[in-house]
Amino acid sequence: MKFAIQVNEGPFTHQASDTAYQFTKAALENGHEIFRVFFYHDGVNNGTYFGVPPIDDRNVQQQWSELAEKHDLDLVVCVAAAQRRGIMDEDESKRHGKGTSNIAPGFRISGLGQLIEAGIQADRLLVFGD
Amino acid sequence: MSTLHTVNKSPFERNSLDSCLSVAAEGATVLLIEDAVGGALQNTAVASTVSDAMGKGVKFAVLGEDLRARGLSAERVIDGISVVDYAGFVQLACDHDNVQNWL
Repeated sequence: MKFAIQVNEGPFTHQASDTAYQFTKAALENGHEIFRVFFYHDGVNNGTYFGVPPIDDRNVQQQWSELAEKHDLDLVVCVAAAQRRGIMDEDESKRHGKGTSNIAPGFRISGLGQLIEAGIQADRLLVFGD
Repeated sequence: MSTLHTVNKSPFERNSLDSCLSVAAEGATVLLIEDAVGGALQNTAVASTVSDAMGKGVKFAVLGEDLRARGLSAERVIDGISVVDYAGFVQLACDHDNVQNWL
C-alpha cells in the first residue's frame, strides 16, 4: 500500500512527530511504500539541522534524516511555513539575504502542491498533529 | 466504505472523541493514540460512551506503546478493545478504505 504522511507539529510540542515517525517506520518495515512525508505548520520544525537536543533525548530530525537515507524517502517542508519559522535551504537563504541555511539532510523545501499530489497519488493520507 | 478514525486528545479535556463518535459508522474502527489512550480504560467518565459506540458496531483499538508510555496496563482496557502496536496501526490503515485523523 502507498501511504502519504502529513506532519503538523514540531518535535517539542506534543507527540505527533514521534507518532508520525513510528508509523512511517512501521509501514516501511512491513513492506509498504511511503510516497511522501509533508511537513506543514509547526511540523517544519522537524527539518531544522540546528536543533541540538540533550544527548539523552531523542533527536527527531536525525531520525527522519536517517530513515530518509535508508529508504530514499521524500521529506518535503512547506516553503511558506518554513520561511515564517526560519527554516531555509541555500536558495531560500540567498533570496532573503540570510547568509546561512539550516535545512536538515534528506529534507527539501517545496510548496503545497506537493501535499495535494501526495493526497492524490497515495492510497491513504494520514495526518499527525495538534 | 469503512473508515479508520484516529483520536489523539484526552477525552477528559477535549471533545474530539465525541466529535468522532458522532459520525463513526458501523464497521468503522476508532484507534485511540497519544493522550487519547485513557479513553480505552474501564471505569472512567467516558467508558459508557465508548461501550455504547461498540454496541452500535464501531470497533475500538488502542496503541499499546502509548498506554505503556503513560504507565497504563493493558489489563485495565475495556473488554473488546484490541491493543495494537505500530505495525497494527499500519494494518488498520490498510484494512479500512479511508483514514480520518481527528486532531
